[in-house]
Amino acid sequence: MNFVELERVSLRYGEDGDGTLALDGATLSVGSGEFVAVVGPSGCGKSTLMKVVTGLWPPTAGSVMVSGREVSEPLSIVGMAFQNPTLLPWRTTLDNVMLPLEIVEPHCRKLRREQEAYRAKARDLLALVGLIGFEDRFPWQLSGGMQQRASLCRALIHDPALLLLDEPFAALDMFTREELWLALQDLWLARRPTVILVTHDLREAVFLADRVLVMSSRPGRIIAERAVELRRPRALADTYAPYAVGLVHELREQIGAERGSGTERGSSAMRGART
Amino acid sequence: MTLREAPRKRRRLRLSRKMQRRVLPWIVTILLFVLWELVVRAFDIEPFILPAPSAIFASGWQWRGPILDNAWQTFLTTAVGFAIAVVFGLLAGVAIGSSTMVYDGFYPALIGFNTIPKVAVIPILVIWFGIGTVPAIITAFLLSFFPILVNVATGIATVEPELRDVLRALGATRWQVIQKVGLPRSMPYFFASLKVAITVAFVGSIVAETVASNKGIGNLMLVASSRFEVPLAFAGLLVTSMMGIGMYLVAEIVERRMTGWATRGTDAAITPQG
Repeated sequence: MNFVELERVSLRYGEDGDGTLALDGATLSVGSGEFVAVVGPSGCGKSTLMKVVTGLWPPTAGSVMVSGREVSEPLSIVGMAFQNPTLLPWRTTLDNVMLPLEIVEPHCRKLRREQEAYRAKARDLLALVGLIGFEDRFPWQLSGGMQQRASLCRALIHDPALLLLDEPFAALDMFTREELWLALQDLWLARRPTVILVTHDLREAVFLADRVLVMSSRPGRIIAERAVELRRPRALADTYAPYAVGLVHELREQIGAERGSGTERGSSAMRGART
Repeated sequence: MTLREAPRKRRRLRLSRKMQRRVLPWIVTILLFVLWELVVRAFDIEPFILPAPSAIFASGWQWRGPILDNAWQTFLTTAVGFAIAVVFGLLAGVAIGSSTMVYDGFYPALIGFNTIPKVAVIPILVIWFGIGTVPAIITAFLLSFFPILVNVATGIATVEPELRDVLRALGATRWQVIQKVGLPRSMPYFFASLKVAITVAFVGSIVAETVASNKGIGNLMLVASSRFEVPLAFAGLLVTSMMGIGMYLVAEIVERRMTGWATRGTDAAITPQG
């Protein structure tokens, strides 16, 4: 039984049917505990796909099933991290991480009574991503990478069965990004949630995911998929091994072809990147 | 040697700048009064046109009893009108800012309401409530209500969609989104509006007292000027502006306490070191 099941999902923005068609018959399934990465040319509807899976946007056509049930509104078993850390600036790191607990049942009811236990849990999570000692700092006192780590912790605090990551590392420099790949892998190995990661970084996709899905240019569909057969835990060096490099190239070819077929003026940039 | 001295020098400079910020307003105020005094004396201006500060202070001291009484009356009137404005401004601001329907429906009406000169309403208030404290309270309320409402509504309506999505993705209700994101986010706007609101509340109560009351600083100034006690009228003005500055400072202190996170760049003293 697949945990996430999208069946010919389409989404058109706007109310009167003449908005942009962002998704066109996207079909995909993700097994329970699986780590899937979605890659594709920019503007292909990757983020839209995430919003549909969380239930933030109802699809125009098709069906979205999560955990065997049709998604019609946002689900509390989902944890989400976005490209921007989106921490609340008036809360300390610890309070930001604990935000979902104030909303999601059953934590919401127990929070007051078991505050200390929950705080300890939040601290443990922060320790896992190396943020211990920063619990009482405000977001603007943290670097971009640290904010993103805190945002990851916030996505995980209520033990979501499904973790949705929408380009969470896109705004970071490469070293910070690689550090966070390792942190995310550790978190995933420790708790084994089902993960869908949207990214445009192919090395990131290959390093983290069990399976990489390729989306077409807009309107988005899943046009290909590749299993990544690397043993866990993976090391950063694995991404430079011939197998991973070959896989990255193969994915890049596919996305490049997609980009070329679109109206993007970036095809020359793509050629530049290939040389 | 020079390297070691540099930080100390810089520190001394910053300290003195802090002192400057404390002392400068006083110096400027005193200089203004001195200049005023000199101008009045040099050109021999009649006291019933422009009294010298010395005459104003003397008159203020002479009439300190009635001035204090009336100032207290004005202060209470303003405070009550302002308090009502805060409550209603907050409630209406939340309602208007969080619902596009309420916003679309009410906003034009509110704009229309706000363009009415409030002074023109006072005679109507007198017909309804008679001469006295009530019209002054209502005028203070009417003037200070709108800035609070607009600011709170703006703060809530302009919540970044990303922040809202963070909560909505967790299955938060509308009220939870307002409570966790909308309200805290609108607090800097709210406190900024309090500073504007408290000053216009004073304007409202004093104007109403001038037109339609037998108590308060406004009334005192009116009586004083009708008896050509111009220094006393000016003394009333001074007391009013002192009350206004006092209330403004209170609003600012509250603002800094509550929303230090929003003013991190401007005042290093209140932000914890990063």
